[in-house]
Amino acid sequence: MWPEPEYTDVTDLRGPLIVVRGVSGVGWDEYARVRLDSGEERGGLVLEVDRDLAVVQVFEGTDAMTRRSVRVAFTGSPLKIPVGDGWLGRVCDGRGRPRDGGPPVLGAADAPVGGAPLNPTRRSPPAEPVLTGISAIDALTTLVRGQKIAIFSAPGLPHLELAAQIGAQAGAGGEPFCVVFAAMGLTHADAATVRDTLEERSAAGELTLLLNLAGDPVIERVLTPRLALTIAENLAFTGGRHVLVVLADMTSYCEALREVSVARGEIPARRAYPGYLYSDLASLYERCGRIRDRAGSITVLPVLTMPAGDMTHPVPDLTGYITEGQIVLAPDVDVRPPIDVLASLSRLMRAAVTPAHMDLAAQILAALARARQARELAELIGASALSETDRRFIDFELSFRHRVLAQRPGESRALEETMDRAWQALSTLPRPELTMIDSAELDARLPKEDERGGTR
Amino acid sequence: MGVLTRVDGPLVEVCGLPEAGMFTLVGLGTAGIPGEVVAIRGDSATVQAYEYTGGLAPGDPAEAYGEPLSAPLGPHLLGGVFDGLLRPLTDAGTWLTAVRSAPRPKEWRFTPAVPQGHELGAGEPVGTVEGAGAVPYAVLTPVPGRVTAIRPPGRCAPDVPVASVGDRDITLCRRRPVRSPAPYRERLEELVPLVTGQRVVDLLLPVPRGGAAAVPGGFGTGKTVLLQQIAKWCDADVVVYVGCGERGNEMADVVAELAELTDPRTGGRLADRTVVIANTSNMPMMAREACVHTAMTVAEHFRDMGCDVVVIADSTSRWAEARREFASRHGELPAEEGYPADLASALAAFYERAGRVTTLGGRIGSVTVIGAVSPPGGDMTEPVTTLTQRFVRCLWSLDRDLAYSRHYPAVSWASSFARDADTLAGWYARHGIPGWGERRRRVASILAEADRLGLLAELVGAESLPAHERVALLAGRMLREGVLRQSALSAVDAFSAPERTAALTDGILAAIAECEAMAARGVPAEEIEGRDFSRLLRAKEQRAGPGAAGPG
Ligand SMILES: Nc1ncnc2c1ncn2[C@@H]1O[C@H](COP(=O)(O)OP(=O)(O)OP(=O)(O)O)[C@@H](O)[C@H]1O
Ligand SMILES: [Mg+2]
Repeated sequence: MWPEPEYTDVTDLRGPLIVVRGVSGVGWDEYARVRLDSGEERGGLVLEVDRDLAVVQVFEGTDAMTRRSVRVAFTGSPLKIPVGDGWLGRVCDGRGRPRDGGPPVLGAADAPVGGAPLNPTRRSPPAEPVLTGISAIDALTTLVRGQKIAIFSAPGLPHLELAAQIGAQAGAGGEPFCVVFAAMGLTHADAATVRDTLEERSAAGELTLLLNLAGDPVIERVLTPRLALTIAENLAFTGGRHVLVVLADMTSYCEALREVSVARGEIPARRAYPGYLYSDLASLYERCGRIRDRAGSITVLPVLTMPAGDMTHPVPDLTGYITEGQIVLAPDVDVRPPIDVLASLSRLMRAAVTPAHMDLAAQILAALARARQARELAELIGASALSETDRRFIDFELSFRHRVLAQRPGESRALEETMDRAWQALSTLPRPELTMIDSAELDARLPKEDERGGTR
Repeated sequence: MGVLTRVDGPLVEVCGLPEAGMFTLVGLGTAGIPGEVVAIRGDSATVQAYEYTGGLAPGDPAEAYGEPLSAPLGPHLLGGVFDGLLRPLTDAGTWLTAVRSAPRPKEWRFTPAVPQGHELGAGEPVGTVEGAGAVPYAVLTPVPGRVTAIRPPGRCAPDVPVASVGDRDITLCRRRPVRSPAPYRERLEELVPLVTGQRVVDLLLPVPRGGAAAVPGGFGTGKTVLLQQIAKWCDADVVVYVGCGERGNEMADVVAELAELTDPRTGGRLADRTVVIANTSNMPMMAREACVHTAMTVAEHFRDMGCDVVVIADSTSRWAEARREFASRHGELPAEEGYPADLASALAAFYERAGRVTTLGGRIGSVTVIGAVSPPGGDMTEPVTTLTQRFVRCLWSLDRDLAYSRHYPAVSWASSFARDADTLAGWYARHGIPGWGERRRRVASILAEADRLGLLAELVGAESLPAHERVALLAGRMLREGVLRQSALSAVDAFSAPERTAALTDGILAAIAECEAMAARGVPAEEIEGRDFSRLLRAKEQRAGPGAAGPG
């Protein structure tokens, strides 16, 4: 192969961008290799070509570059990575380079990291669960194979622990399953927790971990989720596995995107985020799915911290507009995991669980909503003024928090156990209040009336 | 041949194509990626590309196709799924690429309607096609003139002339520019209601055939579910469903459902009266800009055959964002929130294509537009939401609190409007349904009163209100639960026919009147509130006529 011509006429360096003059035949979205005098090589992407000028975004940033010390070569194709089973069991950096002391990952084929849009007529609607072993999720906001559902959290809450626990425990009812975990902008301590929690999964050859840490190049974060999804597409649709892709923390990803956008002088939309943030996030999240007549699936779980807990902030807001539901963590929930189940919703859940399960979930949510109302009322007019029924609802909420919601970090519960616990919680309510569940089911699941008198 | 000079995502600049006019098509690069000229400055034309432009480089060739952005219209549309440029997706591969192979042409059975020598006016049929979906498919002549040749009955390919009118050849499939509205004879003044099967709409916030309605709501408030319900059950002849920058799974779901569901009006599949245009959020952005125009063009095509067509666009905000994105790359000065200054006129032009008309051929047809709006942060003061409100006659505003309390459809009766409601009441009265206007008035006033008292009760506690006010609160709750709430997932209640909506409402209104009478007689509020209304409130879940139910 001919060596690619190298260009040395760099006219501008600005934020993560360099502008190269005198190029010819360079296409948009091409991958570029940027070599420094020191011998260091960095990677870049062509953001714009205007006659003989190319604007290149450098993933590792422009630190230490001068106009004279840089040589840029264009590869003639978009960025591709090798794909295949070789990624399983590996820990790499945000660009896919080994971080575990192993050799570079090789694969039978290369795939462009941008992916191609999946023809919507080839999709098959998600219909089976991914069980996580976490009661609040499996009972009330079931993850569905091939969907995307986000974890919304606030700084200081254990969303990473929860995401890692899901990654460690999730499964697809015995069918081949694996996890691709992409970490963007995580601290060392957080990354260590994630690694520890996922240790077994990694040892079993069911995990790819891509780590871009807080101290790693910021712009590299734009790449990390794309790598993860490209690896996942191959593991799922060529390898026939059900793949769970965890993307954490998407807020850091969006900030990196904003940095590039500001450097380019683009007209900003809300909070200085670029106007294309929705489309950019969609180009990631929409890579979830199932394909008709093919084994495997991709379930995407983006994790994000809402700045100041504000759900109308562009990152959670636009994510919510794309994902098929959300699991919300809230500081005022006093057990772990602190899931605010009333604010959480899995939109595709109905397709993946039994009608009886759906009724049970609806009943629990309605009862929790009623309990919340009663609590608010009690705050206004005093607990003594509550009716007997209202007090039973508040009792139910407590029981729910402790029997169903609260769960230890390493604890994985089978669906039956989760259901038993949910029924135990419900049995604290007077039977006539359970209007959303049919009576045969109530007869089968609740203790006999005479055994219930007064107990709780 | 021109050459590319600049590529910045979907924005491409081309030099040396003096023949490429504004809003005409250009093929970019050796692959001929389609794009449309949107600005010309000196020797340079700015093109918005409808596919991924990766690899396109300055110096690559460009070719002017000489026609405006057009869509192929023909008997293949009903039952099909297409992308934003109306290329069939069912024929495309699993992963979409910039270059598509041409779809396999299918043959259709044509039956002439007129003999040779016949004089035809523009918009009149030369013949019909069988098996082209749920409506009788008419092949219309776009020009007036004498039929100089006509094909005998039989099968023919879509691009073979079936007739000649004057010197114009008529084929089953023809291309039409998507950005200019199809001509018609005149707009009709009379308003006729469109029945959607959604009680809150048909009872309180009706939309006329040929009207325009917008559905603003934050994420998860139920826009898509409401729109899909209407797509499935409204009494239109043809539905054009556009997924504009939304989810792939939703498209898969709607396509699968339409294929399975039976159209209660024809007994065929619902899919056979539907054209689905799927431009999901991961498909090229600028095709999102085109797809709403494409949808309108398809709708007008069937309108001209005398059909009542409903266009459902989810979500118009994504379309507006695609325009913003391009304007920004193009360096246009932004107006509000980065949107280009022509956002208002573009929205107006889009909604203006709705209407009920006498077609050129003398038939009556309509295009109703229902568009979702996705305001960032649920902020109803953002530009797309506020501008859209000016151009629609009907607003179904979705409320986050209602959605959170799982009151679906979460249409807020307080912040929505239906400007044609009074006129439609007149239509109902003239068509033997005199009670409609009065029922609506009564429901609206009970809901408004209950809302007012609800605020008061929050402050002072419901217990401290007098009995008739407590009954008014109860009345509001009964209407909300027994009438307005309607689960899209219910096998019985997902669709509510007008008679059923009327009967359910009257049942509740009668119970309310009874409660009011009791309060007037001095019955204590607790006793009235303590009555068991569950049978009445669940009447909507019963298959049998709801008239039988009453307070137990
Ligand atoms: N009429 C309804 N009946 C039952 N459930 C509903 C109804 N409307 C909405 N829902 C529930 O609300 C969820 C979200 O609704 P939907 O997908 O229509 O929201 P949306 O407004 O389109 O959100 P987005 O802007 O994110 O696309 C649904 O998955 C469903 O669970
Ligand atoms: Mg939607």
